[in-house]
Amino acid sequence: MFVATLVLTALGLLLGWLLGLAARVFAVEENPIVNEVEALLPGSQCGQCGFPGCSAAAEAMVEGNAAVNCCPPGGRALTESLAELLNIDLNSLGDAPVPQLATIDETLCTGCTKCYKACPTDAIVGATRQIHAVISKACTGCSKCKDVCPEDCISLNPEPLTLNTWHWTKPEAA
Amino acid sequence: MDYLLLFIGTVLVNNIVLVKFLGLCPLMGVSNNLSAAFGMGLATTFVLTLSALASWIIEHLLLVPLHIEFLRILSFILIIAAVVQFTEAVVRKTSPLLHKNLGVFLPLITTNCAVLGVALLNVREEYSLVQSLVFGMGSALGFSIVMVIFAGLRERIAMANVPATFAGTPVSLVTAGLLSLVFMGFSGMI
Repeated sequence: MFVATLVLTALGLLLGWLLGLAARVFAVEENPIVNEVEALLPGSQCGQCGFPGCSAAAEAMVEGNAAVNCCPPGGRALTESLAELLNIDLNSLGDAPVPQLATIDETLCTGCTKCYKACPTDAIVGATRQIHAVISKACTGCSKCKDVCPEDCISLNPEPLTLNTWHWTKPEAA
Repeated sequence: MDYLLLFIGTVLVNNIVLVKFLGLCPLMGVSNNLSAAFGMGLATTFVLTLSALASWIIEHLLLVPLHIEFLRILSFILIIAAVVQFTEAVVRKTSPLLHKNLGVFLPLITTNCAVLGVALLNVREEYSLVQSLVFGMGSALGFSIVMVIFAGLRERIAMANVPATFAGTPVSLVTAGLLSLVFMGFSGMI
């Protein structure tokens, strides 16, 4: 009885020690907040922030290598929620890149469907040899369609000012 | 030659999944997708081989000399759990994607009865260290082969027009039964 208890205890301790060692050797640096930040980001992997994708951008934001307002598709709303999550003062940030919207010049579009296939958010509607159109609510301005367009008929412009997009300008420095 | 016979015998004739019916949980759970099934086969191969080896060492260096064979199942489960934890740490480090694909089925290798079954069969058949190792590897290879074959079959069945009564798990179980019949055909080969 005593031997059995002793053997099991020793076995447990030894295996536990080995596992602890393995956990240290094979440790994966994982920051739970990175996942939270990534969940907030649009997830269209557009790369406008300069990182290969949203998860890389999330990592950089948590480490402080990227500003929370570097994501143009997310806009102001995303910047505000990220700043709250990461406890960053919004006033300390510089001007954010303005969200861009793609527009298709109907006089040049041949209906080749290349932009429509490249769009990560399905914001372009159209069919073969039909003129395509952009759904502005879904467009994140990632410029992927612009790069593939053989007719060069897509342009990226800042969102037109409407009641929904207008906000107070920052007070000018004295 | 004996080892080769034992190996082929365990892989095909006495296949751990389809002839001995051990480890059916991952067979049903992770066979939706060929690459996940392959990863599961690899992870289980690693665990099975290592635990067959470790359990033999525990059995012959600890349990038998101290006459505490009644602790066999308990200590084997302890070893298997530790090996699975180790495998999970390795998989998470080396292939995060595979780790995500396997999900909960990776820690569930602990309760895969094939792993404990092989350890206990090694004791019952009174295998030597090398024989246990060959038996463990053979069982693991048999398991992986069946996983991959079954996942391939299920990927095709997913495209087929299955009657509503049989759609989903029932048709998978029927397929597993047919596959088991195929493997039973190997009996008498050795």
